[in-house]
Amino acid sequence: MTDTIIEARGLTKRFGDTQALAGVHLDAERGSILGVLGPNGAGKSTALRILTTLSQPDSGVARVAGYDVVTEAAEVRRRIGVTAQDATVDVALTGRQNLVMIGELSRMDRRAAISRAKELLAQFNLADAADRVVKGYSGGMRRRLDLAASIVTRPPILFLDEPTTGLDPASRAAMWEVIRELRASGVTVLLTTQYLEEADQLAHRIVVIDHGRVIAEGTPDELKTHVGRQRLDVRLAQPPPSRVDAFDALAGLTNGAPTISDDGCTFSLAVDDEPGLASRVVAQLGAIGVSVDEVAVHRASLDDVFFQLTGHAAEDGTNETTDHTDTSGEAA
Amino acid sequence: MTAVQELDRDTVATAASTTQSHTRMSDWWRDAVVLTRRNLIHVCREPAQLSDVTVQPILFTLLFTQLFGAAMVLPGGGSYTDFAVGGLLMMNLVTSAPMGTAVGLGTDMSTGIIDRFRTLPMRRSAIVAGRTFSDLLASVMCAVFVALAGLVVGWRTSTGPLGLLAGFAVALLFGYALSWFGACIGLAVKGPESAQSIGLIILFPLAFVSNVFVPTNNLPAWLGTLAAWNPVSAAAAAVRDLWGDPNPSKTIHAWPMQHPVVASIAWSLAILAVCTVVATRLFKRRTAD
Repeated sequence: MTDTIIEARGLTKRFGDTQALAGVHLDAERGSILGVLGPNGAGKSTALRILTTLSQPDSGVARVAGYDVVTEAAEVRRRIGVTAQDATVDVALTGRQNLVMIGELSRMDRRAAISRAKELLAQFNLADAADRVVKGYSGGMRRRLDLAASIVTRPPILFLDEPTTGLDPASRAAMWEVIRELRASGVTVLLTTQYLEEADQLAHRIVVIDHGRVIAEGTPDELKTHVGRQRLDVRLAQPPPSRVDAFDALAGLTNGAPTISDDGCTFSLAVDDEPGLASRVVAQLGAIGVSVDEVAVHRASLDDVFFQLTGHAAEDGTNETTDHTDTSGEAA
Repeated sequence: MTAVQELDRDTVATAASTTQSHTRMSDWWRDAVVLTRRNLIHVCREPAQLSDVTVQPILFTLLFTQLFGAAMVLPGGGSYTDFAVGGLLMMNLVTSAPMGTAVGLGTDMSTGIIDRFRTLPMRRSAIVAGRTFSDLLASVMCAVFVALAGLVVGWRTSTGPLGLLAGFAVALLFGYALSWFGACIGLAVKGPESAQSIGLIILFPLAFVSNVFVPTNNLPAWLGTLAAWNPVSAAAAAVRDLWGDPNPSKTIHAWPMQHPVVASIAWSLAILAVCTVVATRLFKRRTAD
């Protein structure tokens, strides 16, 4: 049996006419990072608010560290740290005052809270700004302080709601580093994100949520493999004399329809992993008098996975038909 | 304490014993103190928000005693200044204490800090209580400024230091009770701005339809009854009685005017009992989703 420390079963939540969650299941193993990936409004934050006792599900159960988030909320709160999407620090206090206050409200005595605050300010590179009012902090500094505030008591489980949204690339990289360090020290992290790269970089397992439902789940590699295909990009030396012929020549190699760039020089298609594929592509195109500059076969990125999954779930195939028409229209 | 217990029901482990309930009480106290300190830091950052308990009391005391004092003759005699300072104390507390709580809580509720507090293993009821505590400290400051300004314009009491302290205690208890009323306003409306305007609409008539500035002995009957049963009148009359200052209301036959000290304490406790329960419900409703 694996050591599951966060588990949710069939969580539902409705706000007026909006079904924010429509039966969410998820599991996180102790000491791992679980990424909850989904577009805006998918229900990520709602799920996180339920897991952190801020909100109650309409139905379903969730346990964190073995405690029910509804009936044993107080026990859950003793074991979690939470960084919500909106800054949840007091902007009229200094960074140090915020951390000391949170330590004291978390049952630390004042002296311990003061020394822990000092330690965290150094760890999060905020020592110089420690005694400045948070109002004057940059976005990245506020996020770091928010994260520091979440780990004052060294909770074994950390929930981060879109920890890098709105940060510049340098601050984002720094935040990733901090999250990795926390993981390395044994903390279980559940983070939501709309950035595929972030989930890919950090998470051991990923749950993809869309319209309040889990539409895929697995390790980043599994998710990519699950989609089962690689992408093949072909760059032609010049636009083919007949786009239709080129399209047909490539369509024979795959089940789906290739996509064609506007200038007609780049074809992209989903293919199965089979030996000698690249040379067959070149041969097929050569047979109709088209010369190839470049063939690249690469593993489907998480972006491909994501758009494929959410596309299916969100649009019920109607847009797919349109896509086909577009493609053939372009080909014709 | 029932309201407080209700608010904390889901924040405290179910098992209870005498020692645990002792610990809970001291935890609650600690949380409230930490939050009070936080509110005081806010005040230090922006001392201008203290003007309603510093500048306003001085200004009103000088204005009213000098402007009205010249024209006012009290039924039963006595100095208008001595009469006015008790009333001004109540008038300043009635407008500043609940407003501070309403606006402060309204501000907190509209920011993410409440979510942070709610994920901590702290006592949620301490959030509202901590706010009322810091407002009580502001009320003490207000009382000091009213007294200082009063002394400058010649206000004197005749019951000695104990009477003086008792008067301030009754006044501060009343102001503290109204802080919880302010908490209800702050929690019921959307943001700090609405809290402020709704608060003014309710509190100013409350402060004015009373005996704080003028004796109510010669008011039309309906207005006189209203003023006599206004809790603010009882508090002002109680303060004047305890200080030994002129209190023309004692010739009015309404029960609160005959027993102003008891009435004022009873009003305070009744307001506390109702408003702590209502504030608790409102806090829950506001944070439920």
